[in-house]
Order: sequence, then C-alpha cells, then structure tokens
Amino acid sequence: MTLLPRKRDGHPPAHTPGYKSSVARSPSRALISGPASPTELSGPTFGHELLGKLDNNLVVNFTGQPAIGERIIVHGRVLDEMGRPVPGALVEVWQANAGGRYRHKKDGYLAPLDPNFGGCGRTITADDGSYEFLTVRPGAYPWPNGPNDWRPMHIHFSLFGPSFGQRLITQMYFEGDPLIPRCPIIRTIADPSAIERLVAPLDMNRAMPMDCLAYKFDIVLRGRRQTMFENQMEGM
Amino acid sequence: MVQPLDYLPETPSQTAGPYVHIGCTPNFVGIHGIYAEDLALKPFPADAPGERITVTGSVIDGTGTVLRDVLVETWQPGADGRFGPGAQGFCRMPSSLETGEWVLETVKPGAVGPNAPYIALWIVARGINIGLQTRMYFEGDDLSSDPLLTRLEHQNRIPTLVAKKTGDGTYRFDIRLQGEGETIFLDM
Repeated sequence: MTLLPRKRDGHPPAHTPGYKSSVARSPSRALISGPASPTELSGPTFGHELLGKLDNNLVVNFTGQPAIGERIIVHGRVLDEMGRPVPGALVEVWQANAGGRYRHKKDGYLAPLDPNFGGCGRTITADDGSYEFLTVRPGAYPWPNGPNDWRPMHIHFSLFGPSFGQRLITQMYFEGDPLIPRCPIIRTIADPSAIERLVAPLDMNRAMPMDCLAYKFDIVLRGRRQTMFENQMEGM
Repeated sequence: MVQPLDYLPETPSQTAGPYVHIGCTPNFVGIHGIYAEDLALKPFPADAPGERITVTGSVIDGTGTVLRDVLVETWQPGADGRFGPGAQGFCRMPSSLETGEWVLETVKPGAVGPNAPYIALWIVARGINIGLQTRMYFEGDDLSSDPLLTRLEHQNRIPTLVAKKTGDGTYRFDIRLQGEGETIFLDM
C-alpha cells in the first residue's frame, strides 16, 4: 500500500508574504521525499465511544442552552482521491461565534462572547463517508495582518484518514461571501479552482424548513493505493 | 480525445491558525464541558510494555523565537514495533502557552522493517500553511542503515532529526522551522 504523492500546487506554499505570519514560520529548504514507511501509512483510529451525544451540535454542546446566531447544518462526505468514501474518519471543527469572536484568551475582538457557545465539535464519518454538524454561522472578523484585513466567515476542519500521512487541516468558506477573494490566508492558494474547492455551496436540499439553512462541504484526503502488482518481487 | 482522468484533487490545506486549541485541545484553553478530556493526552497507558521515555522540545521560528501557539502530533508503534490498537501510539501536544515547550511521555518505539526506531511528527500553527511532517530518531540508536537517512544528500542535516539524550530515559528535540539548523521536513 502506498499514498499518492501530494500534489503541492493545489496547496498553499509555505512562504506566502501576503500572510505575514508565514514569513518566519516557513521552511526555506526543499522538503525531502522518500517512500513512506508503515508509520506514515498507518494511523490512529477512533471509535464511536469517543463521541458524546452532542459533540456535533455546536448550538447546544457548551451549556445545553442554544447559542445565538443563524442556525445552519454543515454536512458533506469525506472521500479520497479515488473518489472512495473514507469511513471512520475523525472530523473536528472549530469556529468563531456569530459575532466573529473566539472563546480564546488571545482574541480581544470587540464582539462579545456568547455564554452559550464554546466553538468546537467533532464527529466520525459513517460508512458512506458522510458527516454533519449543527452550528451557527460564524461571523467575519478583523485580524492583524495588513492594515484592514478581515477573515471571511469560516469553519476550521481537522481530518484524520486511516494513514497519518493523510492528516489535513483546512478551512471551509461560505458561498457568496465577498470577503473570500480579499482574504490573505485564502490568497496563499495560487490556483483559483483550488480555492473554489474550499467554498461550501448553500444546499437547500438539506435545509430544514422553518429551522435552518444548510451548506455542503465535501473533503478529499490523499489517495491510498494498493494494486496486485505492488510489493511483488520481479519474476515472482 | 481520451477519457478524463477523473481522480479527485486533495482538498487544499489552510493554516490551523491561532485558535487551533479550541478545536483540538479545548480543555487546554479552558473550554470545559464539551469533551470530557482532550484527545490523546498520552500515547500509551501506564502499563504499556517498553522503555518509558520523556522527550521535551520546542518549535522555533526563523528569528529564533519559540512558538507558543504550536500543536505537535506524534504517531509511533509500541516497543514491539506494532501499531495500535485504536489510537494507541498517537499523542497530541499543545506547546505551553507560557514557555512554548511540549513534553512527550511515551515508550521508546520499536523498529519497523528496515527503519531505525522513530516517531512521526506533524506540526501545525498559525503561519504554517500546510502541516509539516518530520521524524524523530534517537541518539544512541544505530541509524547507519535507515533507508531515509542513508539516502539524504545532506548528511550534515541528519542531527536535525535526532533527539539528544539528556539523561536516563530523557531526550531533547527542538524543531527549527527555518534558517540555520533548519529541521528536515518530509514530503512522503
């Protein structure tokens, strides 16, 4: 079994001066490639016993009382590059509250904390790779980078596939947000089609009438390949 | 014309940002009551067989500043060179918000195949656009036939992948993101 090589041109490079924090935190030497060993090909697995009943419901999972904001479902499937579902994948999310404020001592933004919003959730994908969260739409917020930079509405996603070498953290954006093309973090990605793959469309098929809207965000992890010709000695 | 190669492209990475703890280690930043405890506080139960070791480290940027908002994840086999079960062998370590140090209390991994014993690391933080993969080998082990290390062009960089022994069962492993002594990062 091997992992498909990572196609780096679909990812942001390490050094992206428009996102100032990357300047001193980016390796300057070339990455070293080599065959992955069983350590990179294997990975931790997580069972459903890990999950609490409300772990994927950010609206109520902090205090039991509902958070303030526009209720939304965020759902989708985790697939690999072959298009196969990835079941059993741990999906963790975190986000700002409806006003654009994180529950973190380093966030001093003017918008108030919501006493009923913690800001994190997690779930494990089903056999078809599907997952869903109920949450509130996160607010946009300003951040210290350029003189007037704002983050578009976004939800952070952390993903585990079956291989540690598939580990991925990314961010989901919302269809129609005018801050997307202005965001220096999004602009770390050079390929416009790659940016589009981070923007979740409004999904009225999943919206619940008189309750909440829905957004669909599919996530693709590196492919794992196994063929009958692999690991076979020539002539054997 | 040919058939389209209809593979799906991997979802692009984005930085974990300054608030990665909220999602990955919420109890560590005072968000209690959602998860009973943070994920993978320790890689192995206390009675796991093998030599117990403690590795202390930090992650340092290109100006020499220690990162205090970094999250380091490790994955390794047990002392017998086998993986799991479940999430055993996985550890998630937020660096200290005050000092930037992280501490890994684990068992020394066994060798897997022809590789010298090592622990795989994955590093994310604000300013890191895509998680950094690296490895930690151990001072005192025979590294002379490790398949990755032997094929490195710049053999003088190998020490960046080797935890230094500081005492009986204790090691130090600093990760330098950029510049002099830059750690070897992997694409595998």
